[in-house]
Amino acid sequence: MTAQKQKLVIVGNGMAPGRMLEHLFEVSDQYEVTIFNAEPRVNYDRIMLSPVLSGEKSYADIIIHGEGWYAEHGITLHQGDKITEIRRHERKVISESGVVADYDKLVIATGSNPFIIPVPGSDLPGVLAYRDLDDTDGMIAAAEKGGRAVVIGGGLLGLEAAAGLKLRGMEVTVIHLMPTLMERQLDTAAGYLLQKELESRGIDVLCEANTKQIIGAEKVEAVELADGRVIDASLVVMAVGIRPNVALAQEAGLEVNRGIVTDATMKTSDPNIYSVGECVEVGGMVYGLVAPLYRMAKVAAEHLAGPSEAAFAHTETPTKLKVTGCDLYSVGDFAEGEGREDIVLRDAQRGTYKRVIIKDNKLIGAVLYGDVADGAWYNQMLVSGDDVSEMRETLIFGQAYQGGGTVDPLAAVAALPDDAEICGCNGITKGMIVKAITDKGLTTLADVRAHSKASASCGTCTNLVEGIMGITLGDDFVIPAAQGMCGCTSHSHGFVRRMIKAKGLKSIPAVMQELEWTTAEGCAKCRPALNYYLVADWPGEYKDDQQSRFINERVHANIQKDGTYSVVPRMFGGITTPDELRAIADVADKYDIPTVKVTGGQRIDLLGVKKEDLIPVWADLNEAGMVSGAAYAKGLRTVKTCVGTDWCRFGTQDSTGLGIKLEKALWGAWSPAKLKLAVTGCPRNCAEATCKDIGIICVDSGYEIVYGGAAGLHIQGTTVLGKVATEEEVMETVCALTQYYRETGFYLERIYKWADRLGYDHIKEVIYDNLDERKAFAERFRYSQDFAQVDPWAERVAGAEAHEFKPLATLNLEAAE
Amino acid sequence: MNMQSKTWIEVGTLNDIPRQGARCVKNGDMTIAIFRTTDDRLFALEDKCPHKNGPLSDGIVHDGCVTCPLHNWVISLETGAAQGADEGMSLTFPVKLDGETVLLGL
Ligand code: SRM
Ligand SMILES: Cc1cc2nc3c(=O)[nH]c(=O)nc-3n(C[C@H](O)[C@H](O)[C@H](O)COP(=O)(O)OP(=O)(O)OC[C@H]3O[C@@H](n4cnc5c(N)ncnc54)[C@H](O)[C@@H]3O)c2cc1C
Ligand code: SF4
Ligand code: FES
Repeated sequence: MTAQKQKLVIVGNGMAPGRMLEHLFEVSDQYEVTIFNAEPRVNYDRIMLSPVLSGEKSYADIIIHGEGWYAEHGITLHQGDKITEIRRHERKVISESGVVADYDKLVIATGSNPFIIPVPGSDLPGVLAYRDLDDTDGMIAAAEKGGRAVVIGGGLLGLEAAAGLKLRGMEVTVIHLMPTLMERQLDTAAGYLLQKELESRGIDVLCEANTKQIIGAEKVEAVELADGRVIDASLVVMAVGIRPNVALAQEAGLEVNRGIVTDATMKTSDPNIYSVGECVEVGGMVYGLVAPLYRMAKVAAEHLAGPSEAAFAHTETPTKLKVTGCDLYSVGDFAEGEGREDIVLRDAQRGTYKRVIIKDNKLIGAVLYGDVADGAWYNQMLVSGDDVSEMRETLIFGQAYQGGGTVDPLAAVAALPDDAEICGCNGITKGMIVKAITDKGLTTLADVRAHSKASASCGTCTNLVEGIMGITLGDDFVIPAAQGMCGCTSHSHGFVRRMIKAKGLKSIPAVMQELEWTTAEGCAKCRPALNYYLVADWPGEYKDDQQSRFINERVHANIQKDGTYSVVPRMFGGITTPDELRAIADVADKYDIPTVKVTGGQRIDLLGVKKEDLIPVWADLNEAGMVSGAAYAKGLRTVKTCVGTDWCRFGTQDSTGLGIKLEKALWGAWSPAKLKLAVTGCPRNCAEATCKDIGIICVDSGYEIVYGGAAGLHIQGTTVLGKVATEEEVMETVCALTQYYRETGFYLERIYKWADRLGYDHIKEVIYDNLDERKAFAERFRYSQDFAQVDPWAERVAGAEAHEFKPLATLNLEAAE
Repeated sequence: MNMQSKTWIEVGTLNDIPRQGARCVKNGDMTIAIFRTTDDRLFALEDKCPHKNGPLSDGIVHDGCVTCPLHNWVISLETGAAQGADEGMSLTFPVKLDGETVLLGL
């Protein structure tokens, strides 16, 4: 060995340069290597910090290159000494402790820095990042003291930290800014399953939660969210993302963008300096998983060794979560888009979800949850770019099922426990139905209805009962086909409503997963329907999904053909005052509103309001004491009245007063379709009560309640529900009837269609004849009104959903030619 | 359209736009809707439905498309083309993210 060796200096001793040296030593011994590492240790497997945290491994287990390896290759390793300056013209680096090293070639491998969100308190003791062994040791020490850990960030690192801390015996809450976990790697369905799994392990997950500050005098005591919630914490782990560590390269004047810019040979803008690892930006991309970093390492090693053709090229890297028992796998591009075809397979019973995305007959992405056995198989197809049209039909079933496999439509019903309530009207469980079928040898739906009472009332559970007959009787029973809600599912509205209750489904992704939707995000038909069902079924628990509402219900005004809006303030019972009228007139003047019209619903419509003016218009109307008339809502619209005993010579009761009371009790309620009432002072019916959804006809001896009228697309007179003596009874009966409709109606089904379907006799039995039922329904209605009677205009004037009302930006550029 | 050099204009940040939603940028007489999907991809279309000029920014966003609020045409966010049996195109514009900043190409 006579030739003078060249000097190779490496800044950073992480996984990428470690791998680079392994490749380099295989093909060349031309370098004398010096490494500076800010961390006071040898090269270890950073990925395995999670098993160290959870206790499944120790630091000794995860060392990649021990001291001996460095000695064997004659490497000088400066541990715990950071490079502070690169003098490119002198080809020297200088360390914090003053060591100066000359180089012929330099490799920068400074990795990334964890991002700390700059909220107040983020510098308190007890706030840790999750990047290196010191952080991991810090968490283990904190866990020994017990208490609650708050992990900010529901991505890969955050969830691994959460699972590890839970295993170490801490209480754990994960705070995530986005609506679903790991949104960069998973679609909403898989994110939902993951959240369910973590929650079942006792980890609290708060999505759409924004950290406002970390509270504590000397050390961390709690985390406060933007919505005011405060969560006690003895440890806070911030795992919100990483930033390439480029400071050193930047100061040295190298080209730096998001990362240190290199060409495909890993060379930076200085031909004597290479860069590998997370600090690099190559082909416009930066990376945070080791697979691409290892490919960078190989390319750099070959170029350091001599002239080479090796070039770095982008390929998709699969993501896996290292939490024992949470199997998920995601690779490639899983976004929806033009020309892309989605194949989705949901098996709610086993809690698995698979989705592959195909474009131009090639697989471009896959998301797997629960059953990840085929991940590598899909990735292989993705990398090879093979045409998959031949196995298109069976692709989703995986490698083992090539050639067969069917999805069982009854799986969801079969998976229900025996005590799941199937028929809500009659309190009949799955077990009771099965028993009736087997004990009595029933074979038809009519028999099952007669003997078990299941599906004998509102009928919304018919599909479920048929499903149970199907699984109990086997091939002897052929299930009649029911109309699916929309192209996204073959399940009918009734089936979906019952399953939401029976399975306790409380979010749109939950429904779509458990009921095996065939599209990823539903459509404009099913999303508003599901949102309504969840609003109606889980008052106070379900968070209304604005993005699943039609524009009118999102901006609380009616869109017009020219994109302007109409605004209708509530006039309870059709009564107004000079002050209200003046305020309306002032608003019309002030905002140049072109049309003011009296509606068919006894109130005033301001038409042609610009979207940007909605908020100030409402502010002025609110100021004058008026609230939204919900003229846009699948919910209570108007209660029309006539003048009644106040003025009319024929009036028998205070029809105006009762109308106002009803409107005050019912406003704000969402219902399957719009809901219109009228109270008329005598059978002459000036308020047109006999063609309303619900009407009250005042007579000398009391009040006749009628319902199921139609006077729009279809004409139909009302049917009598029954007569009551007092206003209180009217209120209770109407609330009960409305609630029954809310609980069992199908989305967009007006009351008359609902009543035609359920049967007027049946409804009368439940709501009028049975006083206990009536009370129970009315009570549930009043409870849900606690959450619904909030004026949406006032909320928005106060700042809610502000993004709906103003443009993102106003430019004044020359229009493109 | 002529080929011409695009200018990238900063119009806001990613979080200004709701997921499965849209925000508008007014440029002179034209309104451009910038859509954000569940997986944080951005698309820009002229805020005008090819049917009867309905404001697409007010529609429901699902599976890479938006359903127009006026008469339920379904428009592809990527190409601006009406889906299914309907025929027509909305203008598309390039839009990209630089970190959290939304840049619109005009
Ligand atoms: C404003 C008003 C007409 C007027 O100038 O008087 C009106 C206007 C509209 N009606 Fe109506 N209806 C109006 C009273 C009625 C009435 C009469 C009544 O309420 O006493 C009926 C017949 C009764 C009924 O409800 O069926 C009525 C039956 C309809 C129908 C048919 C519904 C049906 O199921 O048969 C529709 C279409 C629909 O809902 O799908 C409809 C739909 C509409 C829509 C929402 C059309 C649309 O989708 O954009 C119109 C919105 C205008 C706006 O932006 O304000 N409107 N509409 C009335 C508002 C009443 C109010 O104060 O809230
Ligand atoms: C907890 C955890 C779990 C992970 N799990 C996975 C996984 O499952 N799959 C996967 O593919 N990836 C995973 N990763 C990511 C993976 O570990 C990284 O992508 C990889 O380690 C980056 O390697 P690197 O060499 O670029 O940088 P690093 O490994 O970060 O090394 C950079 C080194 O440079 C040192 N340094 C910085 N500046 C200087 C300076 N000026 N002078 C001297 N030294 C300096 C730093 O101290 C550090 O030791 C995980 C990461 C963590 C933290
Ligand atoms: S009758 Fe027809 S045109 Fe007139 S307001 Fe009602 S929906 Fe519109
Ligand atoms: S204007 Fe869009 S569907 Fe008619």
